[in-house]
Amino acid sequence: MSKHAFYTKDLSVYYGEKQAVKKISMEFPAREVVALIGPSGCGKSTFLRSLNRMNDLIPGARIEGEVWIEGRNICDPGTDVVSLRQRIGMVWQRPNPFHKSIYENVAFGPRYHGIRGKKALDEIVEECLRKTALWDEVKDRLHQSALALSGGQQQRLCIARSLAVRPSILLMDEPASALDPVSTSKIEELIAELKKEYSIVIVTHNMQQAARISDKTAFFFLGDLIEYDDTQKMFTNPSKKSTDDYISGRFG
Amino acid sequence: MNLPATDIRTAPAEKAPKRQRHIAEEFRGKFYVYFCVLLMIVIIFSIVYFIASRGLAPFIANGVSVKEMLFGLKWNPEGDPAAFGALPFLFGSFATSLLAAVIAAPLGFCASVFMTEIMPKFGKTLLQPAIELLAGIPSVVYGFVGLSVIVPFLRDTFPGQGIGILAGALVLSVMILPTITTIATDALRSLPSGLKEGSYALGATRWQTISRIILPTTLPSLLTGVVLGIARAFGEALAVQMVIGNAPHIPHSLFESATTLTSIITLEMGNTTSGSLHNNALWSLALILLLMTFVFVFVVRVLERRVKR
Repeated sequence: MSKHAFYTKDLSVYYGEKQAVKKISMEFPAREVVALIGPSGCGKSTFLRSLNRMNDLIPGARIEGEVWIEGRNICDPGTDVVSLRQRIGMVWQRPNPFHKSIYENVAFGPRYHGIRGKKALDEIVEECLRKTALWDEVKDRLHQSALALSGGQQQRLCIARSLAVRPSILLMDEPASALDPVSTSKIEELIAELKKEYSIVIVTHNMQQAARISDKTAFFFLGDLIEYDDTQKMFTNPSKKSTDDYISGRFG
Repeated sequence: MNLPATDIRTAPAEKAPKRQRHIAEEFRGKFYVYFCVLLMIVIIFSIVYFIASRGLAPFIANGVSVKEMLFGLKWNPEGDPAAFGALPFLFGSFATSLLAAVIAAPLGFCASVFMTEIMPKFGKTLLQPAIELLAGIPSVVYGFVGLSVIVPFLRDTFPGQGIGILAGALVLSVMILPTITTIATDALRSLPSGLKEGSYALGATRWQTISRIILPTTLPSLLTGVVLGIARAFGEALAVQMVIGNAPHIPHSLFESATTLTSIITLEMGNTTSGSLHNNALWSLALILLLMTFVFVFVVRVLERRVKR
C-alpha cells in the first residue's frame, strides 16, 4: 500500500439531490502525476475538490464514501480539516494571489501554522520561490504587490504559496488554462520538476497537456470514472470506445 | 440598432418621413436628458453660490476674522462687542460624529461579516432588512428615543445630566449603522471567491481568513462606508439637538451639555432677520458644513481610487 499516496473508495459527491460524482474508487501513486480529463460538468473538478474537503465550503454539497490519506479516512467527520489542507496544496484555474506583497503571499500559510521567526520565514519563502523558478525573477521586489506580476508569475506564486505549508500532495484545477503558451509551458516544466517530491493530481481540458505531463490519466464522464490507466496506454490504445472518442476529439 | 428590419426593405419614397421621425425621437430623448442634467447643475451651483455669498458676508462686509470664527470660544452675535467664535460647535460636531463612527464601525463590520460569511441565509432574509429599516426611521424618532431612553440611562449611570456628547454619539451611531453595514456588506459580497478558497486551502480557519484576508482586502471600501457615515452624522441636526443639551461651550466630559453646528443653526435661525449680521453668521456655519461635506466626498473619492487599484 505504501506506493500509493492515497486512494478513494466509493467516493460520491452530491449537490443537493444531484449526484455529481458517482462511487469512484481510484488509487493515486506517490510522486506521480495523475491527469483527470473529461468534458465540462463530468465531475472531475468536484472530485478533485473533495480530496481536500473544499466542497465543505459549498452549501448543500455532501460527500459519501472514503478518501484514505496517510492511513486516515478524511471524510470522517472528526477530521481536522485545517491540518488536512496543510498536507494537500491546491491551485486553481485563475491565479488568486492575496492582495499583499510577494513575500507575504508565500509566508502567509506558514504564519497561520505558527512559524513566526523572520529567519525561518525568509528561508521558506526563498525555498518555495526557487522551487517554482520564480526566485530569480522576483528576488529584488519581494515586498512589492503580488498583483503587479504577470498571470503566469501569479500562478507560479500561488503554487509557491501552497508549497510553503509543506504538503505532500498537490491538487491542480486547470492550472494553465488561463495562461498564455509560454507561461503554460513554464507551469508544465514546473510540474515535471515538482513530481520528484509531490504527488500531483491535475484537472485539464487540454489533451496534449495531459499526454505531456501525466503518468496516469483518468477519464470522467457524467460523474463516472470510465477508464483509468497509464497515460501512454490511454492515449494510444484505450480499452473503452468512449475514451477513444473523447481523446481523439469526436465528442466533448 | 433600433431601426426595424422593415426599414431596410421599404421603398426609398417611404424612407424619408420614417427617418425624420427617428431623428425627432432621438432629439426629444436627448433634449430631456440634457435639460435634467443642466437643471441639476444649475440648482447645485445656485445653492453653493447662495450659501457662499451669505456665509462670506460677515468676513467681507463686517470684518469678522476667519480665525475668530474657527478658533474663538465665545459665540454672541447680538452682543456688544459681538463674538463669533464657533469652535465649540465645530468641536461638538466632530466629537459626536467621530465617536458615533467609532461605536458604529465595529458593529457594522461584524454585522456584514455575519451576513456574508457566517450565516448568509439568515443575514439576507432577516438581518439585512432589519438594518435597512433603521435607515428609514425619521430622525425625530431617533431623537425622541434618545431623549426617553439613552439620556435617563446615562443620567442614572454616570455623573451629570445625561445629555451631552455621548448621548448624541450613541443616537448618531444607530443612525449611521445602516450606511456602514450596507457598504461593508456590498464590499464583502463582491470579493472574488478565489481569495477565500486560497486561504482555506492553505489550512486557514474561518476566523483567520476573515481577519487576515477578507477584512484587509476590503479595507478601502469599509473605510468609504465609515466616511459616508461620518458625513451623515456631521449633517444630522434634529436627533442630536434633542439629546446634546445645546450649551455653546466646549464640554469637559462626555456627559456635559454641548452643541453642534447644525443645532445652533436650527435653534437660532428663527430668531434672526434675513440679512442681519447674526443671520449671515449662521450662514457662515452652513458654509463650514458645506466645505466639510466637500472634504468627505473628496476622501471617499480617494478611497475609491484605492479600491480600483
